[in-house]
Amino acid sequence: MQPAQAVSLPVATSRSNTVLQAVLAMTLGLFVVFMVGFSHIDAVHNATHDVRHSNAFPCH
Amino acid sequence: MSVFRAIVFSAVVAGAIVGAVVTVAQQFGTVPLILKGEVYERAADEAAQSAQPTPAAHEHADHQHNETAWEPKEGFERNAFTAAANILTAIGFALLLGGIFALRARAVTWYEGLLWGLAGFITFTVAPGLGLPPELPGVPAAALGERQVWWVATAAATAVGLALLFLRRSPWAAVLGLCLIALPHLIGAPQLEHVHTDVPEALSRNFVGIVTLTSLLFWALLGSLTGIAYRHFSTSQNKGARALSG
Repeated sequence: MQPAQAVSLPVATSRSNTVLQAVLAMTLGLFVVFMVGFSHIDAVHNATHDVRHSNAFPCH
Repeated sequence: MSVFRAIVFSAVVAGAIVGAVVTVAQQFGTVPLILKGEVYERAADEAAQSAQPTPAAHEHADHQHNETAWEPKEGFERNAFTAAANILTAIGFALLLGGIFALRARAVTWYEGLLWGLAGFITFTVAPGLGLPPELPGVPAAALGERQVWWVATAAATAVGLALLFLRRSPWAAVLGLCLIALPHLIGAPQLEHVHTDVPEALSRNFVGIVTLTSLLFWALLGSLTGIAYRHFSTSQNKGARALSG
């Protein structure tokens, strides 16, 4: 490995690492949207009721 | 985890702003209509309890609120939870957008962010809304689980279809993309055979229009703001990293 690359390794993010982090963030986002918009837990439904109707998520 | 951190920071900033703006818009647009719908919903519930249950009423009774479950108090508490849920929804979708921006090799401008936001509007509002239009409380609908499955499948098929159309730009991808976008609508959304409701048609139609407009505002703002925020956080991190390595 070139010395120059070795110096920049801690800050330069490899492509596969970027993909992994992006996918992780997107999975977290889907989980949040699922909890707010689709969870069948009654208390969650009641707390998010108006948002589900306003965002046209299936409700009731 | 610098990329992850830049996505989360930009999603939280954009999501908080968009969630707050949309909450205000909903207070003037959708929420008054939802409250009107609930008047019909309560009247229908009371009528169903005193009369013989019809098939539609029975269907609805399966999915009505559990009376013993916690629910926010009317007024401030209910609206506070609506605001929190709006901000969480916006952060969730902004995490998706930020992930896409990170996967794109070059920096995203506010304008490209806006276009991605509009793709979100088509994927999550227009496409599912064609089969399952936004519904007011008090309007009976098919089983919740089936509708949720159709909604999610339609959004997924539309997302992949749009990606094939606009990112591949080859004839086979265009044909496949269009087929994927059309497929959920050819299968058809779960519907009740007979829908009886006292909710006026004009109120429901008004609600569909306002939900769609609010959603357009949501996605246009979310796309452009997440684009700006991600550009800011990812380049400021790169600058910091360069300063460290230099």
